[in-house]
Order: sequence, then structure tokens, then C-alpha cells
Amino acid sequence: MLSPAIDADGAPFWRYAARGELRIQACADCGGFRFPPRPCCPRCRSFATEWRAVGGHGRIWSYVVPHPPLLPDYAEQAPYNVIVVELADAPAVRLVGNLVREPGARLDSVAPGGIRIGARVRVVFDGDGLPQWVLERV
Amino acid sequence: MAGLKDATAIVGIGQTAFARRLPEDERTLACRAVLAALDDAGIAPREVDALASYTMEETDEVELAKSLGLGDLTFFSKVGYGGGGSCATVAHLAAAVATGQATVGVAWRSRKRGSGPRPWTNTTVQLPTPAQWTRPFGLLRPADEIAMLARRHMHEYGTTRDHLFNVALACRNRANQNPAAVMYDRPLTREMYMTSRWISEPLCLFDNCLETDGALACVVVSRERARDCRSRPVYVHSAAQGLPAQHHGMVNYWNDDPLTGPAWTAARHLWKHADFTPQDVDVAQIYDAFTALVPLSLEGYGFCDRGEGGAFTEGGALETGGRLPLNTGGGGLSEAYVHGFNLITEGVKQLRGTSTAQVPGAATCLVTAGEGVPTSALLLRN
Ligand SMILES: [Zn+2]
Repeated sequence: MLSPAIDADGAPFWRYAARGELRIQACADCGGFRFPPRPCCPRCRSFATEWRAVGGHGRIWSYVVPHPPLLPDYAEQAPYNVIVVELADAPAVRLVGNLVREPGARLDSVAPGGIRIGARVRVVFDGDGLPQWVLERV
Repeated sequence: MAGLKDATAIVGIGQTAFARRLPEDERTLACRAVLAALDDAGIAPREVDALASYTMEETDEVELAKSLGLGDLTFFSKVGYGGGGSCATVAHLAAAVATGQATVGVAWRSRKRGSGPRPWTNTTVQLPTPAQWTRPFGLLRPADEIAMLARRHMHEYGTTRDHLFNVALACRNRANQNPAAVMYDRPLTREMYMTSRWISEPLCLFDNCLETDGALACVVVSRERARDCRSRPVYVHSAAQGLPAQHHGMVNYWNDDPLTGPAWTAARHLWKHADFTPQDVDVAQIYDAFTALVPLSLEGYGFCDRGEGGAFTEGGALETGGRLPLNTGGGGLSEAYVHGFNLITEGVKQLRGTSTAQVPGAATCLVTAGEGVPTSALLLRN
């Protein structure tokens, strides 16, 4: 499986994720969230940054179901889902991820028919600290 | 200030054969296409003093100039962001010629995507931003990235697979009239489309462009010089690039409005400097690496309102005789996927009156580059 190339701006995200925390970069001056992580705030041009914990709740904004040809590790699990999640606390921060049955489950552990735009989801983390999403029980 | 409006013209076009596999290498194909374009214009290679290309082009200016015996170059430009740069090559040459930095400009594209490597097979690829936020989750290919926008467009606006089929069919029908097209002898039916294999749901096989070997080129000179050329000039009426504020490439999902892409930015500038409006466009060559880019572009370039790009394709609108004949050489979906450059040369053919799917009396043509990435567009007229 592909691993993210962790750069200086993004490193805190993965550090928090490894501890099971979802944190998003925010401007320490104007408070605006920004994603992906960057050195400077596009609203007020401040370089002061903080990593704010978010609730980890969101809704599915869109999703796709990739089929081969794919990289071998992914082809082995295809067809699987990839979702974009709109965070409840920061709607313009839409994270790409996978909807899974339980933390650490395979990318194809939820049947495509069980996915719909607008569904409520909650973040979980797999064994490697990669964020995943499960359907919220409401 | 007069600006760029009709100050320059495309006076030569050239291309190699298009095929899944061609024996010659990219540099050789590039040389053949450029020589063909210069011959079409009636201009000697040593008169060329400007070159423009876009990223993912392996043949560089030095190679081309040395191989072909071009003159001293006083302008050269390479536009970023892959398929978004196709029209910008002509725009840069037009600007250089109109401002006296050069007199004869050549733009080209040579590619072996039919027989060459595919990006998704490269397992050693590093994942810098934004890929580190998308690819580990299996959103690997451009088809996956665009399918995400297509699904959202379907959800918000009721766009259907039949709408996407209308796009694929229009391109295929035109390719069936074009002997140079890879899909010349391969008709497409709705049943074939609806039963084809998925690539990335909701996009199926026929929503994806071809993988093609081939090269193309065109020649840009001043309006005055164009009068002395061998072929009928096609004027660069308006040109624009577009990189919207807070845009982030193909995976622009974290923008405030991911369905309003670079086309919208390019279009604003394009129309501002034009003497005509979308209603006056006779024929359009819209970048079609994926069918789903066409509804987004129809909205962005102002042929319909936001959300109506799918519905616009109904009733044969994109076919010959329809409201907006589309990709009349077959486009990237059915003629050849040469990073959109065939759309430029097809636009020129339409305005010369020499297309294999000629729109009678076509006098204005929109050509666009890749939507979903920093893009560019041209309004051409005869
Ligand atoms: Zn700020």
C-alpha cells in the first residue's frame, strides 16, 4: 500500500493520527482551518499555526468505487470505496478516506450499495495511524 | 491597447498517424509533426524563432531546434499542469508574436501513452502534497479523481450516465467520420456503454479517453505575415489561462466549491476580450480526457447555467446539426488522446472548412484544455 510522503507542513497531522487524534491545521491568529497543511494562512497571511482537535464527525460528500487496473495492493481489494468526508466542525475541510466496517478493516469491507452521499460517518484509525471512517450509528 | 484580439493566426497544422502503438520514438514523432505543420504553412524551419510546449513533453526545445535546423530562438515557453497547458502554448506564442518577441512560433505535443508506461504502474512514486492526502486511500488515478466530482454532480444536479453517454457518443460518431481517428471503424451503442466494465464508478470504460501514440504541431504568426502563408489563416481571437484562487489541482475537493473549476476562471477572461458570446460559438473542441469534464466545462464556459451541463447534452445537442457540435475529430475519447492538442488542430480544420465532420459555415470555435487542473482556452475564428 502507498504511504504518504510526510512533509514538514503535514507531519503534525500524522503524528496526532498515530495517537488516534484527528487534528486539523488552523491559523493561530484568525482561527481559520486550512487543508492541506501549509506554512501561511491564505486569509490573514499569518505564519502562526495551531493544530486544533476536531470531533471526527462528518458526512459523505461524494464517493467512488475503483476497479482494476490498479496498483497490485489495491487491485487485490478492488472494487473498494473511496469517500470524501465533509467535517462537521470544518465543512470546507473535506478529507479523502475509506468507509470501513471497523477500524483496520479492508477497503472493501463495506459493500458499495451501503454507501450514500450525506451519510453520517465517524473517524477511526487503523493500526498504522491511518484515518478511516465508519458509519455513525444514529 | 489592441491586445491579442485577431493579432495572430494559426497558419499551419501537422500530425503523425495516431495508433495504440507506433514504431518511432517521441522525438522522431515530434520532428515529423512540426515539419508537417511548417510545410502546411509554407514556412522554412530556419525561420522559426519561438517554441512553446507543456509539461509531460519529453522532447525539449533544444532537441527540436537542433534536429530540425530551426533558427535562433528568441522565445520559448513550457506551460505547467499537463493537459491544462495545451491551449496556453498557442496563447504564449500569440503573445510573443503580437509583442514582437518572435515572428514564427511553433507549439507541439508528442506522446507515446499507448505503448509507454502508465503513471499508476509506478510503485516507487513519491506522494507529495496533495497526493499524500488522497492516494494512500486508493484514489490512485485521474479517473478516480474526476469520478468523485462526477458523482457529486450527479447527486446535486441529477446528471445521469445517459448524459455522459451523450458525450461519449458524440465523440465516437465524429471519429467514425474521421479516417485518422483510432476509433474510425468502431461504432458505439448505448448498450455497449451501459454494459461496459467500470473503471471507477460512476465512470465506465467509455468515459475514459484513449491511450495513444502520436504527435501534433501548429504554427503561429502575425496577422500580416499570415496573408503570405500557404494555408488559410485561423485567427486567435481570444486566449486565456485559468488558475482560480485556492485551486488545488485535480483533487480540489477541499475548495469552497469543488464543482466550479478552472474553466470558470479561464472563461471570464476569454469572453471579456471577445467580440462574441457562447451563443455565437459554431463548434466546440472541449477537453475530454473523461466524459464528465464536458458538463463541467459547458457550465464553466457559459453554454448553460451551473448544474445544467448534463441536461445540455440531451436531444443531440453535441451532434452535428445540434446546438453545439462537439469534438468533431473524435476528441480524446475517440480520435486520439494526445493531451488535447488534437482539439486545437481540429478547431483549425473546422475554420478552414476541411474537417471530416465539417459544420457548415463554421466561423467561430472554442478550444479548451484540461478542466480540473490549471487550464487554458482559445477562441478561434476565420
Ligand atoms: Zn489567518
